[in-house]
Amino acid sequence: MLTCHQLTELVTEYLEGRMSLRRRLQVQMHLGMCRHCRAYLHQMKTTVGALGRPPQEQMPADIKAELLERFGGMAPPEQR
Amino acid sequence: MSDRAKTLEGAPAPGAGNAAVPDVPASASDLAFIERLRARDPKAFSDLLDRYHGPLLRLALVFVPSRAVAEEVVQETWFGVLDGLDRFQGRSTLKTWIFRILSNRAKTRGVRENRTIPFSAFADQDGDHDAAVEAARFKPNGMWGVPPRRWEDDAPEKLLMAQQAMQHLEVAIAALPPNQRAVVTLRDIDGLESDEVCNALEISETNQRVLLHRARSKLRAALEEYVERK
Repeated sequence: MLTCHQLTELVTEYLEGRMSLRRRLQVQMHLGMCRHCRAYLHQMKTTVGALGRPPQEQMPADIKAELLERFGGMAPPEQR
Repeated sequence: MSDRAKTLEGAPAPGAGNAAVPDVPASASDLAFIERLRARDPKAFSDLLDRYHGPLLRLALVFVPSRAVAEEVVQETWFGVLDGLDRFQGRSTLKTWIFRILSNRAKTRGVRENRTIPFSAFADQDGDHDAAVEAARFKPNGMWGVPPRRWEDDAPEKLLMAQQAMQHLEVAIAALPPNQRAVVTLRDIDGLESDEVCNALEISETNQRVLLHRARSKLRAALEEYVERK
């Protein structure tokens, strides 16, 4: 049976779906029996969820204008 | 030595094109979008700038020492996109292609600024420092001695809303080794798929997963520390 220590090192593989069926079943069996590891998995998922809210970054208007101007000045590719 | 072993051992040279994961070709909608760019549709290019400016800037900041330099690298990347646009053949997705241009330019710039990033997941392995959870929290039989507490059921929302928690997380992200930060930034902050990250950074799938695991583990620990201290 997997130990809790081992499980904490397998969590990413588990979440990524990158493990053998046998290993996956071992992880699921452990999670079924161990509330601490369920809490650990929950924390990991919460962390990943919290990361997916990046601050908005606005491109400086002068740089955007310059790039758009350069784009607009490019000749279209030759038609084949 | 196998290609995979080579990739695991050392950082690939910038622009070497030696990604260990095959490129995913551009989708039909990607190709349609590229056609709009080739027809010089300003709205298409403006949308592209808006969509990728933030993610590119975040990745550039991993490689170079300052925001000013990162902004220059992003601008150079867009020049590179414009230069290559009409030759882009759709062998990778547009997103992967743009990120790869950024990553190569940022790596080159990082070298000039004396910042090189070892992309091997094993280059920074130093025992317990990279363990997901410190060994002292487990009993000798490998079971929890100091177990994690279950965050309240509404903790995710509360955590996300709490500005302090997010600031704590940002500090923890900034403290990650750059290779881990690059991977977690692309995967979890900007939502790229695993194969897109491998191709943008030219690293193997295994490498990517190990780096992601270390990064996420450290960030979980940082949030745990914040929740416990509250």
